[in-house]
Amino acid sequence: MRIAMTYSRVRREERMLLDAFEQIGVDVTPIDIRSVVFDPERPGQWGGFDAVFDRSLSLTSSLTSVRVLEHFGIRCVNPRSAVEICSDKLETTIALCRANVPTPAVRVATNGQAGLAAVEEIGYPAVLKPTVGSWGRLVARLNDRDSAEAVLEHRELLGSVQQQVIYVQEHIDKPGRDIRVFVVGGEPIAAIMRSSEHWVTNTARGATAVGLDISDGLREISINAAACTGADLVAVDLLECPDRGLLVNELNHSMEFRNSIETTGVNIPEYIARHVAGIAEQACASEEISV
Amino acid sequence: MTSAESQTATIHVDCPECGSDVGFRRPPLNGEIALCPDCTAELEVVCTAPITLELAPEVDEDWGE
Repeated sequence: MRIAMTYSRVRREERMLLDAFEQIGVDVTPIDIRSVVFDPERPGQWGGFDAVFDRSLSLTSSLTSVRVLEHFGIRCVNPRSAVEICSDKLETTIALCRANVPTPAVRVATNGQAGLAAVEEIGYPAVLKPTVGSWGRLVARLNDRDSAEAVLEHRELLGSVQQQVIYVQEHIDKPGRDIRVFVVGGEPIAAIMRSSEHWVTNTARGATAVGLDISDGLREISINAAACTGADLVAVDLLECPDRGLLVNELNHSMEFRNSIETTGVNIPEYIARHVAGIAEQACASEEISV
Repeated sequence: MTSAESQTATIHVDCPECGSDVGFRRPPLNGEIALCPDCTAELEVVCTAPITLELAPEVDEDWGE
């Protein structure tokens, strides 16, 4: 069995993953995706791999590579459809709604005027998010009509075309924290609780994390959220709503975990490496059968 | 990399920002990120033969999980 791991930067996560593969005795070829030229008519070196594990830091690189690689019939981790669902908040919302997984209310509009109506429908405070983005960047809490008008006008005049899509979410009065569950192969393996005095509880924005036991309810909603994306590996972000309980806020297809190993006591990279190796083994076996 | 880890490193390169020693325990890959133990600059390996470090780029629009 042969596995490639594509990357654009080798952060601590990618180094830990390569070490984990080595520790379990699985050979992995790291490939810097920035140096690759794809020919859609010829798989070339890629034809020799049973699975490609995408760890590109850039979403554009991820999507580009998995699109071509799946076209070659190569099993990608995560699959293209899962990357597309998780990387776009509107796609995530649609997938969660379709699967009846509880999630905060959302309104979507395609220009500023309808955007203001969308915010008013949600009510104040409302949370405005770019449909594509991470680490809590460009997320704005709109406390009143004045702030909504100001932010929407800035978006309209200064933002990219993509930012003209107004994705507005109800604000959940969470208890100063949110929850992240790491799901590998459909099974929640670890969870953390992220706390911050700031309303954005993202560790990239300074939130602190502690390990959390996975309750039955947390387990069930995390499994359902992961299942509706078809992802092999996914981090499920949840909010605790005082009225409605757990709500799935976002899904992450290329999870960061450097600060979650000690806090949870779970060797996350080893779980991931074993799962990816299992997928490659299965892909390798099915190729042999078809030959 | 902490200064304790730097002492166990087998490969040593100068930090392009402050000139301090940045260590690697194994040959780094192109694109590998390292922290200078002295000035805490985030550095990227831009060449592996010889190993050359540059300041790592700022966050890009579509980066992240």
